[in-house]
Amino acid sequence: MTLPDAEQLVDRLAEQIRREATASVALVGIYTGGVWIAERLHRALGLSTPIGTIDIAFYRDDYKKTGLRAGVKPSDIPFRVENADIILVDDVLYTGRTIRAALNEIFDYGRPTSIRLAALVDRGGRQLPICPQFVGATVEVDLDRTIELRRDEGGRFSLALTPASAPPP
Amino acid sequence: MNIEIKNGRLVEPEAGSERTQNVYIADGRIAAVGAAPAGFKADRVLNVSGLVVSPGLVDLSARLREPGLEYRATLESEMQAAVAGGVTSLVCPPDTDPPLDEPGLVEMLKFRARSLDQARVYPLGALTQGLKGERLTEMAELHDAGCVAFSQPGTTMTDNQVLMRSMQYATTFGFAVWLRPQDATLSLDGVAHDGEVATRLGLSGIPVCAETVALSAILILARETGARVHLCRLSSAEGVELVRQAKRSGMPITSDVGAHHVHLSDMDIGYFDANCNLVPPLRDKRDRDSLRAGLLDGTIDAICSDHTPVDDDGKQLPFAQAQSGATGLELLLPLTLKWAREARVPLATALARVTTHPLRVLGLPPALIAPGQAADLCIFDPEAWWRVEPGALYSQGKNTPMLGMELQGRVRHTLVGGRIVFDSLS
Amino acid sequence: MSADLQINTAGKLQHLLTTEGLPSEILLQILDTARSFVSVTEREVKKVPLLRGKAIFNLFFEPSTRTRTTFEIAAKRLSADVVNLNIATSSQTKGETLLDTVANLTAMHADMFIVRHSESGAAHLIARNVGPDIHVINAGDGRHAHPTQALLDMFTIRHYKGEFKELRVAIVGDILHSRVARSEIHALTTLGVPEVRVIGPRTLLPRQVQNLGVQVFHDMETGLRDVDVVMMLRLQHERMNGALLPSAGEFFKSYGLTPEKLARAKPDAIVMHPGPMNRGVEIDSAVADGRQSVILPQVTFGIAVRMAVMGILAGN
Repeated sequence: MTLPDAEQLVDRLAEQIRREATASVALVGIYTGGVWIAERLHRALGLSTPIGTIDIAFYRDDYKKTGLRAGVKPSDIPFRVENADIILVDDVLYTGRTIRAALNEIFDYGRPTSIRLAALVDRGGRQLPICPQFVGATVEVDLDRTIELRRDEGGRFSLALTPASAPPP
Repeated sequence: MNIEIKNGRLVEPEAGSERTQNVYIADGRIAAVGAAPAGFKADRVLNVSGLVVSPGLVDLSARLREPGLEYRATLESEMQAAVAGGVTSLVCPPDTDPPLDEPGLVEMLKFRARSLDQARVYPLGALTQGLKGERLTEMAELHDAGCVAFSQPGTTMTDNQVLMRSMQYATTFGFAVWLRPQDATLSLDGVAHDGEVATRLGLSGIPVCAETVALSAILILARETGARVHLCRLSSAEGVELVRQAKRSGMPITSDVGAHHVHLSDMDIGYFDANCNLVPPLRDKRDRDSLRAGLLDGTIDAICSDHTPVDDDGKQLPFAQAQSGATGLELLLPLTLKWAREARVPLATALARVTTHPLRVLGLPPALIAPGQAADLCIFDPEAWWRVEPGALYSQGKNTPMLGMELQGRVRHTLVGGRIVFDSLS
Repeated sequence: MSADLQINTAGKLQHLLTTEGLPSEILLQILDTARSFVSVTEREVKKVPLLRGKAIFNLFFEPSTRTRTTFEIAAKRLSADVVNLNIATSSQTKGETLLDTVANLTAMHADMFIVRHSESGAAHLIARNVGPDIHVINAGDGRHAHPTQALLDMFTIRHYKGEFKELRVAIVGDILHSRVARSEIHALTTLGVPEVRVIGPRTLLPRQVQNLGVQVFHDMETGLRDVDVVMMLRLQHERMNGALLPSAGEFFKSYGLTPEKLARAKPDAIVMHPGPMNRGVEIDSAVADGRQSVILPQVTFGIAVRMAVMGILAGN
């Protein structure tokens, strides 16, 4: 199957957000792909609030099974979450569990006015009642495959399919 | 009972020889070797082809835990362990509870041991009352009650004058003095050899000089008094060298080493294996190698088990809080054989260190398998492998660093005074 | 004789008992993870739900309010349930053995034990006798090890100095009796610090300490020359009793860290102390409160590092 052009998807996402959101909106990217996209969107939309970056490692629901992975990055939200309008940014939306963890993490920083979700790719397969407000593209992916976002040295995004390392949680 | 022992490999540690011969036993003694005596009718025939027939082992230190320490082990279980280990004579140290400083206690112990009718027990009397290192014991009375020599098995007494006078007094009667060279103040609180391992593990160390300072004092005073001194449980290279020089100068001293110390070093403590909490401590590999060299050249006369049964509660504790000591009666033979194999020493030479030499230290006649001699024999399979695990030991003490290891050398029959006191189920 | 208890068959950390023998990957994983927990401690809700439902028992056979409190705070910030047991005053004095105490607590569904004991090897003994689902953290055993202290000190060093590979570190004081010193030395050498120095009088240096990979100095001015990190150890009062030292005053004269002595080190050298400090014995107040001292940040980092250790262990 042919995967969509990730660069085009980012542009599409930026367009959607520009139409709907105000200039004071704050982006929070989920490591690692979500942060890349959030950085790009931040530049494209000329937002003033600096982006937040979160690693949901401490909020995952599969800790008992898989433990704490190596390479956890420090989360950093450099703006006041209290009363903020936040757009959560992730690269691939699948079961929704990552987003659930991200929501819990953001709420431990304060009480936002709203959180909306921007996903570059929605591959369906939701296991929780989570839906995105902004989507680059909806892509059907076989269960035994993972779709991942890549960034080359020049900063160009692309999507790739790899065999899944483990069944979805 | 008349017993015929057929086809065994007879080992004569005294002569240093080996031959396949039959042995005939009658009235508790060896009646003949080689050909049966005229009119001999065997009540029991042991066909021991492939097995070694050796004089019974003589263990210079085995704690039987009576009197007073019966919760750790009983006389019955430890005497059973002795004969299972091929030990036909054993010396027990006086550090019982109360210590063996009263003739009544010694008589009781001898009586109890005799009634079990297994190995011969030679008690050591306390050198000082209560083993406190202050007042002399009634050595003559204790000797009459059965003590073969007098000993301070703990640290060397701090009062050198008492040390000297106890030697003088013992010499008056021709009694030997058995001392363990370890200076009390230099080894205060120490639980392990003062070296790299203790440094890494944060354990309080007992330096080598604790042994050599005490040894020097003991040797000088022995020379002064003319005492016959036996040095118990050497542990260091420097200690061995001091004894070597003393022997070279003609002093009537003897020494022994614990069987575990022949093989292990402080590295075997690993991550705090309390079974390696021994007294004296296991020292480093260089020390261990010197002990082995000392055994070879005769500086060290004998290997003993230093059998010290400790129950689980006593060992399942942080290293420094654990009771020290290892079970050993059933390991004396295999550990001696292991040394023999590794040092490429003939079987007879190795067995001498646990038969003839200990008897010499005790001032008893050598062990010979010859007509007229008492029939104290150990018949064993030198090749048989067995795993050291709690179920394989008769002793109530399962505390040995060798737990889980495979050793070679298993006793099949033990005879004391011509009676079969141990018969393994083979 | 015993295999390394700390690492399970999957190569993951099962217990944290000592820094000795821990591969640098594991040390660095703990430091890296601790960074994330520092950022947690800097926000308003200082908790994460990672260890929710887990029961962590603080088994302190040797009393200590500071260390116990730090572990308690760390555990609570991971949303764990914490039970504090000051054993010195309870069942132990009734003659219950160490292992019986542990067995009873295990029956109360403990997931993790944090153990401090006055005897070397206590944590190893406990770790050898717990089931596979229980993790043990050594909070200090006798003179042997205090791995979380060493880890928080490594974190502190990395925070202020960046890389380990070009540092000179000096550890000063009573090395002989110090579990902190031993754990520091193992961690520093594993992480590749090229020069680790120990400075102290001969009576307070353990036998063959150089075999641990350190250089020995008896003169503090020489030993401190050009070092990047000065780690001061606490001197306990009992040392005067065992003929190890004549007096605190003389110790301070030769081995106390004063501004003059500190000037021998690099101008940007940092001063560390595991606490609690004996002002005027091992360290001068001017230095303890001075601009080169990182003693207070050590305490903050200590919570994050302990959160990282617990978070990693409980998931393995």
